Amino acid sequence: MTITFAPEEILQTIEMVRNENLDIRTITMGISLLDCTDQDLKRMERKIYDKITQSAANLVKVGNNLEARYGIPIINKRISVTPVAIVAAHLDQDGMVRIAKTLDAAAREVGVNFLGGFSALVQKGLTNGDKALMRAIPQALAETETVCSSVNIGSTKAGINMDAVADMGGIILESARLTAVKDGIAAAKLVVFCNAPEDNPFMAGAFHGVGEPERVLNVGVSGPGVVAHVVKNNPEANFGELANLIKRTAFKITRMGELMGRAASAELGVPFGIVDLSLAPTPAVGDSVAEILEFMGLERAGTHGTTAALALLNDAVKKGGAMASSHVGGLSGAFIPVSEDAGMIRAVEEGALTLDKLEAMTCVCSVGLDMIALPGDVTPETISAIIADEAAIGMINKKTTAVRVIPAIGKKAGDRVEFGGLLGGAPVIEVHPFSSTQFVRRGGRIPAPITSLSN
Amino acid sequence: MGSDKSNRGIVTVLGKDQIGIIAWVSGKLAENKVNILDISQTILQDFFTMIMVVDLSTSVIEMGELAVILRTEGQARGLQVNIQHEDVFTYMHRV
Repeated sequence: MTITFAPEEILQTIEMVRNENLDIRTITMGISLLDCTDQDLKRMERKIYDKITQSAANLVKVGNNLEARYGIPIINKRISVTPVAIVAAHLDQDGMVRIAKTLDAAAREVGVNFLGGFSALVQKGLTNGDKALMRAIPQALAETETVCSSVNIGSTKAGINMDAVADMGGIILESARLTAVKDGIAAAKLVVFCNAPEDNPFMAGAFHGVGEPERVLNVGVSGPGVVAHVVKNNPEANFGELANLIKRTAFKITRMGELMGRAASAELGVPFGIVDLSLAPTPAVGDSVAEILEFMGLERAGTHGTTAALALLNDAVKKGGAMASSHVGGLSGAFIPVSEDAGMIRAVEEGALTLDKLEAMTCVCSVGLDMIALPGDVTPETISAIIADEAAIGMINKKTTAVRVIPAIGKKAGDRVEFGGLLGGAPVIEVHPFSSTQFVRRGGRIPAPITSLSN
Repeated sequence: MGSDKSNRGIVTVLGKDQIGIIAWVSGKLAENKVNILDISQTILQDFFTMIMVVDLSTSVIEMGELAVILRTEGQARGLQVNIQHEDVFTYMHRV
């Protein structure tokens, strides 16, 4: 047996982990709850609790073992479940809150930090279960710790359900109000989607789609720091060369996700689903997507040229990643969550990055307006209008878009909110002062778009 | 290249050159019944760099536990010591 790797290759891997924050962001176990439905609420709670705690009993342990064996940190171990509005369609608002608490208890028992799937898919309209779930969201998120919620309000095939969009503005505001003492953290656990993927491992938008198997293991990779390092070290590269360098780096990052996913899947006896090819930043210095854009030659993220830089980055990550993995899915793209990215935070604080520019950036990357703190006096209609804009981008461009905004109760533009941990903290960003109320209150659906005549 | 097919690890030792590095590492490995398959040693980026391929199929402890021992004892000697399953490198650097 001889060493088949060059020392440079081995050292590069170690460097990526030690100094460039290479990690596996999450291994997420999807669990179907479709067989847990029961007319008796107590029995249903028991079934859900048992299924989750049995399925994911070893998830955290296996994650920790893999981390030790391979020397690559796995930051989060998480769970996604079938959208609760489907599983618990017969329940009322109070019943939905009880299910959320059951999910929370199960998540804590197995030691995961988030559980996604307190969700509803309402792009075409609302069932009774959807209505009950949506009404229950603020209380459910305020009274649980780990539960995450998402609502899909539009799709390219169905159009945008503007009635649901109008409701979500108020639901987000109420979620923030109920947790105002914690800077509105409930709203940070709530995502509004257009074209939501069914196999996304990332929170807060993860849920286990109805087309998924009984159980599945999905992996979300990370690594903005590794890409930033490569871009920084090649200031003279032209765009073709730069794209190539990013592709090669994305390949390596994604291979780690593939390896970990396969190993975890084998050890847990759960089928391997997908690798989500994402650049997911953290608040840590050197783990920022904004920094990559700045190393490309922009003085600050958000200035003219940012959308083009992000388009190149996002596409190169996908090209490199797609070759590295047998199955790619989820959100797959660069994330631009403001509060979770030190470079984005700085750009907002210095006035370089605005809500409008962030919206433009979401046209070319995953996934949407993410972790953005809004002034506390924002109206529900303005939040709904922000959601409508973002959903329109997703619907027309056949991509996933999302909105996760946090109204900062009692605060105004320029103040700061702190969520702590991976969620970070952020400056409150300005919204337009002009009203969208009349528009939002029209009601009905925005029709699905024509997909030919593509200009 | 599945993890079930092999139980080989790559040990890397980085740091300032000093007497007894190899003796110490190979001692630790022998203590835990880990067989050394290959060693390479270079000075890279001004650092003493040693890379070992080891076989853990006869090992009395898990790779994760061995990693902790090597890391903490290495730190005391001013060395950065890692052991990782070889699949990490195969996956990352080979198509």
